[in-house]
Amino acid sequence: MEIQNDVMHILLADDDEDDRLFFRDAFEEIKIKTKVETVNDGVELMNYLTQPNIKLPHILFLDLNMPRKGGIDCLLELKRMDQVKNIAVVIYSTSASEEDIEETFVLGANVYLKKPNDFSTLKKTLEAVITTNWQYHTSGLNRDNFILSI
Amino acid sequence: MKLYIKYDINTTCKKVLEEQLEKEQLAFSLISFGEIELLESLSGDQLKRLNESLGNYGIEILESPKSILVQKIKDAIIEMVYMDEKLPTFKVSDYLAEKLKYSYGYLFNLFQEVTYTSIVNFIILQKTERAKELLATNEFSITEIAWKLNYSSVAHFSNQFKNETGITPTTFLRIMNKRRKMEEEIKQL
Repeated sequence: MEIQNDVMHILLADDDEDDRLFFRDAFEEIKIKTKVETVNDGVELMNYLTQPNIKLPHILFLDLNMPRKGGIDCLLELKRMDQVKNIAVVIYSTSASEEDIEETFVLGANVYLKKPNDFSTLKKTLEAVITTNWQYHTSGLNRDNFILSI
Repeated sequence: MKLYIKYDINTTCKKVLEEQLEKEQLAFSLISFGEIELLESLSGDQLKRLNESLGNYGIEILESPKSILVQKIKDAIIEMVYMDEKLPTFKVSDYLAEKLKYSYGYLFNLFQEVTYTSIVNFIILQKTERAKELLATNEFSITEIAWKLNYSSVAHFSNQFKNETGITPTTFLRIMNKRRKMEEEIKQL
């Protein structure tokens, strides 16, 4: 997929309003061109992704703890959906327990990102994730092996 | 039943290119990896059709001279990382300058400008990818992989792997094996 001159589409599912806001702001300052959409929980996420003729995001950021439907349940559902298998999934969570990290990777997540406590770290980390993902897109790397814990 | 296969990406690409170009009834010769000489020029429509049919195979026609050169740098690095049983030990800057006939300084800056990363990082990324592939085959020990990829020690390899991925080679291996097992279970449901 060529996205060099194009915009990278990013979707965040997170129930915390502040986190959604910081997330959007961080991308405003990143070099790679992005378009950020957000949804408020797992149910909204699944509805969003199953709309007819939807332009799917390149990267999905997924909070683990959300009301109605959490991140793990979303991962399990995504695994069974053929049309979304090319989306890179980033777990975006306040927890960073070894078990959570390993479990989500086993379930098919590509990146595990612990929510940083300050804005400049957030910006830096998001930029690192996007850049690595961009390499996978533009250099034809094997997405099955894309695993990053940051 | 499960079959394990090994494939040569060069042969695959060549075959696909030949088939698609023949489908368009174009006279051509393959110059080298990533370069095709056409004996006549293409109309806009033909170019578009060819781009679409090749796109299905993840092959893309490059247009700007900068992106062509960057692709050549990437191809040269990938060739170096995947060419043999074991990585060569020559200096990368000499290798690239020699192969692409530009100064390393020029290549270095161009690469940075177009790809948002550096040549050195791209090499580390490719080496890490090769390491992941070797790990996933379950055929080699970590010591063997470190040696194949020219790391001075297992510790150096493990550290760089962890810097790149956030996890150790052993954890990576465990995750991939669990993932494979789970995917088989899902299929059987």
